[in-house]
Amino acid sequence: MPEIKQYPNKLGLKGWVVGGKWGPERYLYTLHRVTGLGILLYFVMHIFVTASRAISQEMWERAMAGVTGTIFLVGEYLVFVAFAFHALNGIRLALIELGVLTGPAEQPIYPYKSSLNVQRPFMVVMMILVLVVVLAGGWDFFIAAGH
Amino acid sequence: MSNETEQLQNYIFRVRRYDPARDDEPYFEDFTVPCGPGMVVLDGLWYIKEHLDPTLAWRSSCRMGVCGSCGMLLNGKPHLACHTQVRELTKEILMVAPLPNFDIVRDLVPDLAPMLEKHLKLNTRIIREDVEEVLEPTDQYWQDPDDLTAYLQFAYCIKCGCCMAACPTLATDDIYSGPMPLTQGYRYLIDTRDGAFKERKKILSSEIGPWRCHYAGECSAVCPKGVDPARAIQLMKRELVWDYIRLGKRRHQKPVGLLPKERRATERREGIAEAPEFTIDGAVSPAEQP
Ligand code: HEM
Ligand code: SF4
Ligand code: SF4
Ligand code: FES
Repeated sequence: MPEIKQYPNKLGLKGWVVGGKWGPERYLYTLHRVTGLGILLYFVMHIFVTASRAISQEMWERAMAGVTGTIFLVGEYLVFVAFAFHALNGIRLALIELGVLTGPAEQPIYPYKSSLNVQRPFMVVMMILVLVVVLAGGWDFFIAAGH
Repeated sequence: MSNETEQLQNYIFRVRRYDPARDDEPYFEDFTVPCGPGMVVLDGLWYIKEHLDPTLAWRSSCRMGVCGSCGMLLNGKPHLACHTQVRELTKEILMVAPLPNFDIVRDLVPDLAPMLEKHLKLNTRIIREDVEEVLEPTDQYWQDPDDLTAYLQFAYCIKCGCCMAACPTLATDDIYSGPMPLTQGYRYLIDTRDGAFKERKKILSSEIGPWRCHYAGECSAVCPKGVDPARAIQLMKRELVWDYIRLGKRRHQKPVGLLPKERRATERREGIAEAPEFTIDGAVSPAEQP
């Protein structure tokens, strides 16, 4: 039999952005990934910078001098924002993935309600909490700290 | 009659075309289709095939949302073509494309084979140890309404692949089984007649299992049958975690033909119709069991 040519139609990385966009949970999914990787990147940098203290006081001061200034302050705040979102959304995900917030199987009756509807109030509460933490953090970073 | 034609209105069907013998890349082609109230996208495709271009290819069969053949991307969202009214989706232009995350065979025909292969890998059938009983049944497999409810929602799946096209994890991950196969995996995992939890667990704990799902929930947002694959997958994770922490506790198949004594009716209430005859020779009704 001759080989039948088919056109590959996997969405690839584009799928994280455009594939499916019918609920807020889908954006939280992408954001959770991106913040997870962002915090990981920060974590690696953090290890390198703090490791300099083990070499000498002078290295530590040089390393710290390299990471000051407005860009790093804003960067640090972004890490804080990412962490606040990742941690609070992570609690939601953990509860969902343990089947606590999905609800049990039920009869599908049109218009369909799904587990998305069951977890949504909790999602809203968590996102409000994220907002509160992010604003409080912003006040602390930029105003209270007196930069 | 004139009333009927008055109600017809022209819509542009912007259809993604691809002929493997001729084209290197898919492209869009516009067709003008007169649509009346209640007309579904599938009717429009038939109109194109009969009046405008007989070479247009798609897959459909039952035309009533049962066979799962006609999943397509309609204005960017996976739907069944036979189950979606044109006027519900658009006032003017309707984009019709094959389901993404599947290779395109031709025009609107996706290659669903990889999904069905993954489905098979998850042992989507009831497996029991008592082979003799399966081959020579002596009684029915009793289940109570709760046993049924636990899997019924997931048994409504028609394998249309809409959920697979919506899943952002599948977009980058070839190994992940995806919502349809995993939902069916859960449907059998949770069935009280099934006795293969141990073997299922081994497969589900591997990389084809549910752990690559991160609850984007898009599968449940698009499922035309209300199956809620995202729920099935999370409940599956719960089953696996539960089993993991309660070390040693194992799920067992219910013995065939044994309904718990306390649940059996001892006296027949008035006005209840007789049950139909048993279809299996030698079967005993619950009331008569020892
Ligand atoms: C209180 C703190 C944290 C909580 C509650 C938390 C929670 C979670 C949860 C529940 C997941 C799984 C999500 C899913 O299955 O969809 C996850 C994923 C992840 N986390 Fe965290 N996390 C925390 C801190 C961190 C930190 C400090 C890092 C980096 C050093 C990190 C990096 C990641 C990464 C890379 C992923 C994978 C994302 C993906 O594959 O989509 N997390 N987190
Ligand atoms: S779960 Fe729903 S969307 Fe997915 S294949 Fe089954 S019926 Fe189609
Ligand atoms: S809930 Fe899981 S299976 Fe469903 S779309 Fe999201 S990642 Fe895919
Ligand atoms: S033709 Fe059977 S589901 Fe649409």
